[in-house]
Amino acid sequence: MAPVLEDLYREIILDHYRNPRNRGDLPVPPARRAEGFNPLCGDEVVVYVELSGGGVHDVKIAGQGCSISQSSASMMSAAVKGRTATEARELIRAFKAMMSIHENRLDGDGHEISEAVAPDPGIDLGDLAALQGVVKFPVRIKCATLPWNTLIQVLDEAGP
Amino acid sequence: MALDVATVRKDFPIFDEGPGPRSEGRRLVYLDSAASSQKPRQVLWAMDDYYEHHHANVHRGVYALAEEATAAYEAARLAVARFIGAPSPRGVVFTKNATESINLVAHAWGRNRLRPGDAVLLTEMEHHANLVPWLMLAEERGVELRFLPVDDGGSLVLTDLDRLLDGVGLVGLTAMSNVLGTLNPVREIADAAHAVGAVVLVDGAQYVPHLATRVAELGCDFLAFSSHKMCGPTGIGVLWGDEELLDDMPAFLGGGEMIRDVRLDGWTPNELPWKFEAGTPPIAEAVGLRAAIDYLGDLGMAAVRDHEIALTTYALRSLAERHGTDFAVFGPPDPAARGGVLSFTYKGIHPHDLSQVLDVAGVCVRAGHHCAKPLMRRLGVGATARASFYVYNDESDVDAFSEALVSASDLFMPA
Repeated sequence: MAPVLEDLYREIILDHYRNPRNRGDLPVPPARRAEGFNPLCGDEVVVYVELSGGGVHDVKIAGQGCSISQSSASMMSAAVKGRTATEARELIRAFKAMMSIHENRLDGDGHEISEAVAPDPGIDLGDLAALQGVVKFPVRIKCATLPWNTLIQVLDEAGP
Repeated sequence: MALDVATVRKDFPIFDEGPGPRSEGRRLVYLDSAASSQKPRQVLWAMDDYYEHHHANVHRGVYALAEEATAAYEAARLAVARFIGAPSPRGVVFTKNATESINLVAHAWGRNRLRPGDAVLLTEMEHHANLVPWLMLAEERGVELRFLPVDDGGSLVLTDLDRLLDGVGLVGLTAMSNVLGTLNPVREIADAAHAVGAVVLVDGAQYVPHLATRVAELGCDFLAFSSHKMCGPTGIGVLWGDEELLDDMPAFLGGGEMIRDVRLDGWTPNELPWKFEAGTPPIAEAVGLRAAIDYLGDLGMAAVRDHEIALTTYALRSLAERHGTDFAVFGPPDPAARGGVLSFTYKGIHPHDLSQVLDVAGVCVRAGHHCAKPLMRRLGVGATARASFYVYNDESDVDAFSEALVSASDLFMPA
């Protein structure tokens, strides 16, 4: 593989792409469902979550997309399954911090201020850390975060 | 005369070889001219020369410099009129891009002429630029939208044309699909539309840069296109319109330039074409567009078209020979029935991933829905990759593209 691509297409990413975990759907209700679209490429991710007792009892992923969005969804599903909703939200936050998601604004003097989402050093991202290389390919960050933003939608609709 | 691509490439600074942070010594294989073309030195020089020696605002000053700027701007309008065979420059309106040209028609003609229950006929292969302005009008005015269907081969189905035209006030269609490359039978559709009293708007964004264009032969009433896809600068587009229709239309944007008189209780519009050009126009861009038209004129549009047919023929044959059915192209198989735009899928690899891997080999292809989501749904795909050709591409570009596909296969489809 070309060296420049090694950071992006790590073996574990390709593995999740070729053999996606938790692929399928869940009956709604009791599960909840949300769809996410990447307007750039038309990719679509559908996330099904069954919450019970304040925890993520089951997760399924449907839809279609590139290796980055699909492997990110697969790894996400494996990572949040069995966690409490609070833990899932912490994981989302840690993942977004890794993706260097920040909001740019200007201060009174016109200087740019970048406010990064603060990473929580206590969260172990495990396999998900393989997606860090995506940061070097800014266009693809949206691919990696698509399933996560869709998961946020499901959790938000379920309430705090 | 056939195009001498080696000579043409020397006119485009972006293809200058040499070490650079981006090039890493690779040859740039630019196959995304359907999105935007590269620019020859002649265009860049013309714009520099304008800013360095002739710039002032147009149609305002009486001093010599302002006269020069005005003359350069209006000379560009005349060059555009000649390039598309328009009867006079009065019907040539400068806009921001083809999208704005279509919006101008939707606002100034559509809002004025279409009543609730009237219909607009479009096609399933339109770019979002020729869909969304009409969807907006449909929501606002209760105008009915109809669509000419696309068959599995990527051609328009005209079987029901007469029935679909019943009650239609405007027909809007692309002369050449930005996804399929299909060259549509514009004249046949325009004649049928005129027979029921409808006006015809042609989206020429993909057509005008690649085929000799004569508005009378197309048979359209409005033609929209962009400069940046035809070797010219970004920031300027053209709406050509039938002068009677343009005269009857109310103004579009309001401001300076587009008025004859302004009082505190009202205003009167300027005459054509300035009635539709509010505010300071893209003057340097018009100068650049004229240089692009001169450049294409020197190459000869017949030679440009012949070159693209030859290159498309070579690409379809060589890619099929090397990759067989792994490489699937959408749209008409006959190179003479299409432009040099190849939307394709390769071994089921996602277009994003394909494009990323091809980039390592210096090969630029577009990946995504190409601003034609309804067509993507019709084709049953979420996205495609697209390679498109222009005057600076040759067989070595096709070969580099073909070779790079193999590296994508090695990565995503291990044996």
